[in-house]
Amino acid sequence: MKTKKIVSRIIYHIFIAGLGFVMIYPVLWMISGSLKDNSEILSGSLSLIPPHWRWENFKTGWAGFGKITFTTYFKNSIIITVIATLGTVISSSLIAYSLARIKYRGNKLIFTIMIATMLLPGQVVMIPQYLIYNRIGWVGTILPLVVPHFFGAPFFIYMMMQFMAGIPRELDEAAIIDGCSKYSVYSRVIIPLLKPALISTIIIQFYWKWDDYMGPLLYLGKPQAYTVSIAVKLFADATSKTDYGPMFAMSTLSMIPVFLIFLFFNRYLVDGISTSGLKG
Amino acid sequence: MSKTKTPAVVSGRTPWNRFAYNNNTVGYVFAAPFIIGFLAFTIIPMLTSLYYSCTDYNMIDKSNWVGFSNYINLFKDERFLKSVGVTLQYVVLSVPIKLAFALFIAFLLTRPSKLVSVYRSLYYLPSLIGGSVAVALVWKELFARKGLININLAKLGIPTINWFGSMTAAKWPIILMTAWQFGSSMLIFAAGLKEIPTSYYEAAKIDGANGWQIFWKITMPCLSPVIMFNLIMQLISSFMVFTQAFVITKGGPNDATMYYALYVYKQGIQMRFMGYASAMSWVMLLIMSAITAIVFKTSKHWVFNESES
Repeated sequence: MKTKKIVSRIIYHIFIAGLGFVMIYPVLWMISGSLKDNSEILSGSLSLIPPHWRWENFKTGWAGFGKITFTTYFKNSIIITVIATLGTVISSSLIAYSLARIKYRGNKLIFTIMIATMLLPGQVVMIPQYLIYNRIGWVGTILPLVVPHFFGAPFFIYMMMQFMAGIPRELDEAAIIDGCSKYSVYSRVIIPLLKPALISTIIIQFYWKWDDYMGPLLYLGKPQAYTVSIAVKLFADATSKTDYGPMFAMSTLSMIPVFLIFLFFNRYLVDGISTSGLKG
Repeated sequence: MSKTKTPAVVSGRTPWNRFAYNNNTVGYVFAAPFIIGFLAFTIIPMLTSLYYSCTDYNMIDKSNWVGFSNYINLFKDERFLKSVGVTLQYVVLSVPIKLAFALFIAFLLTRPSKLVSVYRSLYYLPSLIGGSVAVALVWKELFARKGLININLAKLGIPTINWFGSMTAAKWPIILMTAWQFGSSMLIFAAGLKEIPTSYYEAAKIDGANGWQIFWKITMPCLSPVIMFNLIMQLISSFMVFTQAFVITKGGPNDATMYYALYVYKQGIQMRFMGYASAMSWVMLLIMSAITAIVFKTSKHWVFNESES
């Protein structure tokens, strides 16, 4: 009986770890491809260890396109991502507080609209928004990519509301008895306790925005304004033969911020995603 | 919202203070960003596009009112009808595969083991980076005609498939890529599984239920609200499929992967038929609302609500 248990446990671990390896194999293949040349990548070898470590791929890749290097693309991506993420976390927490904690006329309606917006696929508003941004002259600037984030993102509002449901209301009431107003309850009681949800929001929004391709594709006209995601795609669009090594080198670099989040904030990521699906 | 009434704050007696600290004022002050954003970035654009959907607006020439002809043309446009078809096919194939896989892995990872959190991170990684262009490019090479997958299929003596050259095969790399990003659904399922009281399982075991019965009679009903949430979220995101198809297949071959969003982009942004693309957006809104409504309506029959029983 005991050996049977051990055998089943070993099979379990081999299965789970093996399947997990298959899952991340494409990512590992890309990283190893960043150190190979075209013929080594196209040889069809499953080996993840490059025969020669071709670090020059990073240099070639970084040189970018035309006279614009990846320094510019990374700078653009960072600016857009940081502004958008800040906007999302500030505005969403304000809105979540109003919906979760304050009773006012119309708050049920606003909640319903918020959920409906969450269920509205972004592509439905793609053309309508493009028309408006075009009319007010925002096309070709980063404004359409960052400004809307300052007005709350339903997914995160909902996530924060779920989290706030776990903060005892007695704390709000005690603070009010001690002389806090509803405004200072937000800044002194809710925000400090909301920290885990705020961190989850920051990292999820960060990697969504970092990976975003459609937004920059629609609104960024000039090559100087391109983000990393657009620039990486340029390798595949090159009229001459695609240079896979540098393409994978830059793809790998483009994922570093996301990998770092994954390594250091994994817990917040897991908690954030998990709570969004559960009733608070 | 709980019923406990918080004492009204009277931190001053001036009319301004009474106004500023009133619940209605506080509520609207905090909700203001959403209200403004909703009007500016959803309602006004949608209404404007409703107007444009009845014109031949192309962003250059002055637009003319054309009535419903954009909508009528949509239903005569074979590419449009095909794009609706392939999108529905993609949704119907990718969402169940993804959710079944997510549930399967979440279930496997309920075993108590020190390595579970490591495994969970491992399986979550693809959904963290899967939406990026970089991964789409990797996918394109993996499934290329002389790519890694075909070369190794050939080595094993299995006939190779011209993935992106065949109208029937082209959808599979994209569906696989979607299913591969099952991580966030898995995390939500895992959290849901943890919420099921162990006493339910113990009671079932005492009554002599086997593993299969326990899964269908206890796990599934208890998990149904979470399944519902995942289903809705994945339905919506799979209708939005764009980046993968845009990077990997560009909608080809012969429109076999010309998904809705891709076709809207083509007509609206590339060809500048804004009136036509606006009409398409509205038709998509109607389709999406209908599908979401159907899921919500039928959910009464299969979502088990603990508070009701």
